[in-house]
Amino acid sequence: MSKKDLRLKIDELSSSIGVFKGLDIQIGRIVDDEWDEPMGPTPFPSIGTLRDWDRKLLERYKPFYMPLCDLCCLCTFGKCDLTGDKKGACGLTMAAQQSRIVLLACCIGASTHCAHARHMMNHLIKVYGRDHTLDIAINTNVQAPNTRLVCGIRPKTLRDLEDALDYVETQLVQLVATAHTGQEGDNIDFESKAFHAGMLDHVAMEVADACQISTLDFPKGVADAPMTEIGFGSIDTSKVVIMCIGHNVLPSVDIIDYLMENKLFEEVEVGGLCCTAHDNSRYDKRAKVLGPISWQLRYIRTGIPDVVVVDEQCLRTDIVDEAQKIGAPVIATSEKSMLGLPNRTHDPPDEIVDDLVEGRTPGVLILEPDKVGEVAVKTAFKMKPKRAGFKPLSMEKLIELAGTCRSCIKCVRACPNNLPIMDAVKAAAEGSVDALAEIQPMCVGCARCESACPQNLPLVSFLTKAADEKGMTDSFAIRVGRGAVTDVEIREVGRGIVFGEIPGIVALVGCANYPRGGLEVADIAEEFLKRRFIVVATGCAAMDLALRKDEDGLNLYEKYPGNFDAGGLLNIGSCVSNAHITGAAIKIANIFAKRPLRGNYEEIADYVYNRVGAVGIAWGAMSQKAASIASGCWRLGIPVIVGPHGAKYRRNLLGRADKEEDWMTLDGRTGEEKYVGPVPEHLFYSAETLEEAMVMTAKLSMRPNDTTKGRAVKLSHYIDLHKTYYGAMPDDLHLYVRVEADVPFTMKKEVLGIIKDKGWEEGKIGMLDPTLLDRMVRRKS
Amino acid sequence: MSAKMRTGQTAEIPGPKKAHVIPQPKVAASLIKKAKRPLLVVGSNAPKLKTNDGDLVDSAIRFLKTGVAVVATGHLVKTFRDRGTEVYSMPFMNLGDRLTDPDWAGFDGEGPYDIVVFVGSLYYMEWLVQSGLKSFAQDLRTLSLSNTYQPNASWSMGSMPVKNWLTALDEILKELEEEK
Ligand code: SF4
Ligand code: SF4
Ligand code: SF4
Repeated sequence: MSKKDLRLKIDELSSSIGVFKGLDIQIGRIVDDEWDEPMGPTPFPSIGTLRDWDRKLLERYKPFYMPLCDLCCLCTFGKCDLTGDKKGACGLTMAAQQSRIVLLACCIGASTHCAHARHMMNHLIKVYGRDHTLDIAINTNVQAPNTRLVCGIRPKTLRDLEDALDYVETQLVQLVATAHTGQEGDNIDFESKAFHAGMLDHVAMEVADACQISTLDFPKGVADAPMTEIGFGSIDTSKVVIMCIGHNVLPSVDIIDYLMENKLFEEVEVGGLCCTAHDNSRYDKRAKVLGPISWQLRYIRTGIPDVVVVDEQCLRTDIVDEAQKIGAPVIATSEKSMLGLPNRTHDPPDEIVDDLVEGRTPGVLILEPDKVGEVAVKTAFKMKPKRAGFKPLSMEKLIELAGTCRSCIKCVRACPNNLPIMDAVKAAAEGSVDALAEIQPMCVGCARCESACPQNLPLVSFLTKAADEKGMTDSFAIRVGRGAVTDVEIREVGRGIVFGEIPGIVALVGCANYPRGGLEVADIAEEFLKRRFIVVATGCAAMDLALRKDEDGLNLYEKYPGNFDAGGLLNIGSCVSNAHITGAAIKIANIFAKRPLRGNYEEIADYVYNRVGAVGIAWGAMSQKAASIASGCWRLGIPVIVGPHGAKYRRNLLGRADKEEDWMTLDGRTGEEKYVGPVPEHLFYSAETLEEAMVMTAKLSMRPNDTTKGRAVKLSHYIDLHKTYYGAMPDDLHLYVRVEADVPFTMKKEVLGIIKDKGWEEGKIGMLDPTLLDRMVRRKS
Repeated sequence: MSAKMRTGQTAEIPGPKKAHVIPQPKVAASLIKKAKRPLLVVGSNAPKLKTNDGDLVDSAIRFLKTGVAVVATGHLVKTFRDRGTEVYSMPFMNLGDRLTDPDWAGFDGEGPYDIVVFVGSLYYMEWLVQSGLKSFAQDLRTLSLSNTYQPNASWSMGSMPVKNWLTALDEILKELEEEK
C-alpha cells in the first residue's frame, strides 16, 4: 500500500471518529459503515486482547513439553542449560523456552503465508486494480469469514483485503518482538501469543486464497470441481516437461497463459509439486499434480523435467545442485528464495533463454511473474533435445554401487524413520531390489541417508529406481481444489453438525512427513468417509489420499462426492485454502446459529469449541506453517491430531479426563456451572499409530452440546473403532454417556452394565447450553 | 563419547544431563527390583522386535508375570489382548503428561510409580517423552531398555548389536523371575 493511501484513510477515519473511536486507536483503519451488523467487542485484536479466552483453553489443555534441545543459544549470554529447574542467564525457564520456540515457529508459519499473500496481492493489484471485486464462492454472502471475525471488516475488494494484511503484518512484528531476550517470561503467555499467531495465519491464508480465487477464476466452492491427474504416471514423458515446485501460483500461471496464447499446451506437460500443483490445477485442469512435497527430489532424479521452476516455501534448498545433476536449468521466481542465482528480471527473455540453454548459468532469478512463462517454455523446448542423452541410474550401476556399501549403518541412523536401508542396499548388491522397493513408499524423500553415507551412494535414486522397476508409477484421479464451503451448504448441514447427527468433520491437512508412508492418509479418509463424517482435505494430505485405487480401479475422489455433507470428500485446495476449513466452522456459528460474526472472536470460538465436532489431522505435519495453521485451530476450539513426528513441535496440549474439576462449564441458560465430561479431551495431540489416531478422532468429535441422538451416533463410532483397533470396549465410556438415551441403541445393555460398574449415574454429566464465557449467560444479559 | 552412547538417530544427541549407561543387565534388573512401584511402558514397535521369547510383546508379558505393571501405548493393547493378556493402555503423550504430575496415583490409584521402564517405542518419540520427563518429572527415575542408547533417560542400555541385546533382555528377565 502506498503512503498516500494510508494518509487518506486516516483522514477518512477522523471524519467518523465519533463512531469508531476504538478502532482509531487500535489500528487506524476505516471500517465498512454500510454493514448493518454492529461491531463486536474485539475488532483487530492486539496480542493481549484474547488472552482471557486463551487462558481458559490453556487451563484445560495444559502444555506437556518435550524439549528438543536442553539449551537456549539465542543470545550471547548463552548457551544456557535449562534442564530441569535451571534458568537461563536472563531468568528464562525451560517451559518458557519451549513455548517461546512454539511461538517463533507459529510466527514463521504465519509470516510465510502473510508474505505469500502480500506478494500475490501486490501483483494482482497491479494487474486487476485495487477495486477489483472479490468473488470467492457461489451461493455465498459470508465471504472471508476469518477476516470478518478477526478484523471486523467485510472485504469486498482487493483493497479491503490489504487492510486485513496490514493488520496481520503489524501484529506479527509485535509477536516476534516478544521473543527477544528479556521480554515475555511466562510460558502460558507465550502459548497465548502462539494462538494469536495462529489466528493471524488464518486471516493471511484467507486473504491469499481470496485474492487468487477472485482474480484467477479458480473454482468457487463448487462440489463438482474438475478432475485432473496425480502421480508420476500422469506425465507424458515424450512431451516437454516443466516442473513447478512451491506454493505461489503466479509464475506458473504465466507459464500456462504463455502455453495457451501460443497454442503449445498439447506439446508440454506442466507438472507441479506441493501447493503450486494444487493451484495450477485450480487455474487449468490440464496442469498435472506430480505429488506431495516429499517427492521433489525423487522426481528430479528420474531426469524427466526439462526445466525446474521454483517459487516459495518447502523447496529443497539444494534444488540448483540437484537440477544440475540432470542438466535441467532452474528458474527461481521469489525474493524469498533466490538460491544465489543471478537476477535477470530486466533482461530480454531470449538472452536469458540462451544463457540457460548454453549452460552459462545453472539457473536464473526472475522476479517478474509475467516474464517467467516465456523464458520457462522457450528454455524447456530447447533443453528437451539437449537432454535426450541423459540417463538416470541404471539397474546395473545400482547393483555395482550397492556392492561398495561398508555396512556402517549411518544411513539408518540418519533416516527420520530409521528405515532399514542398509539391509536393502546389501540385498541389492546381491541382485534383489525388492527390499529397496518396499522401503520407497515409506521414505519421506529427505536424502539424509545420502548425506550421511561415507560412500556417497545416491540412496534416493536407488529407492526411485527400485520402485520404478516394480511399476510404482501409476496415475490417479484428483478433484482440483474447490475453495470455500458455500453458505448454502452450511445452511443444509449446520443442524446435523451442531446436534451431532453428522458425526463430525475430519480435516486432513498438512505436509508429507509421514511415519509409515502417505497411504495412511487414505486409510484415515476412507474410514471416516464410510462412517459418513464430512472429510475435507488440503495440501499434501489432499494429494496422498488420492494415491490408492480399489479393486475396481477407483480412488477415493472417484468414489465419494465433493460436497460438504455427510460422506463427502472435499479437496479444499492448497495450504492457504486451510482458511476455508476454519471458515466453515465459523460460518456454522454465524449462518446456522445466527451468532454475530463481526469482530466477535471469543463468542464464535466458544460456539465452535462447544458445538462443532471438527477435528484436524495433520498426519505428516512438518513445517512451521503447519504449526501456525494448527494454532489457529486451537484458538478457535478445534482439536488437532498430528502423527508421531508432530511430537517434535515440542509440546502437546492435553486435557486430563481424570480431573472432573477441569471440565466445569457454564450453562448459558442459568449461569450454573456443571461438569460436562472431557469433551473434547485434547487440543493438540501426537498419536503414535494410525489406529490410535482414528480412535482418538472419533472421541474428539464429541462436544458438550451433542443431542442424545448425536452423542449416540458419535459414541457408536468411538466404540466400534475402539473395538476394532483396541480389541475391547473403551474403559472411559462413563465419562461420555450423560443419560441412558446417549447410549447407542444396539449396545444399550452392554454399555450400561459397564458404566454402572464404574459408578455412573444419570445426570452427573450435564446437558446444558454450554459456554465458557460468563457474558454469554443469558440471565445476566 | 563411547560407542555405547551412540544414539539411535544421529542428530538426537544428549544434552548436558545424559543417561548413565547400564553396565550389566543385572544392574537394570536390580534397579527394577529395588523399586516399589515399577511401570513398564511398551511402545507400538514391540511386535516388530523379535526376542528370545517370540517378540517384545511376549517378553513384556514375562515382565508382567514378575509383578511389574505394564502399560501399552498406541493401540498395542490389542496385541496383548489377542494373546490373552490384559495390560493397561494409554496414549504415549498422555502417559508422559501424567508422569509429570506428582499427584497422579497411577493406573491402580495406589500411588506414583518410582521407576518407569521403556521398551519398543519409536526411537524419537521415546527420546522426546523422556526429554519431557527429564525436565518436568525430575524425581522420576526412567530406564530405557532399547538396544540403542536413549540419552534422556536416567539410565539406558548402551547401543549394542541385536544379539547382545537379546541376551541382555533375557538376563534381566531371569533376574526378575528369580527374585519372584
Ligand atoms: S535468551 Fe536467555 S536463556 Fe537464551 S541464551 Fe540468552 S540468556 Fe540464555
Ligand atoms: S530419503 Fe528416505 S530413506 Fe533416506 S533418510 Fe530420508 S526417509 Fe530415510
Ligand atoms: S551409509 Fe552408505 S555405506 Fe553406510 S551402510 Fe548405509 S549405504 Fe552402506
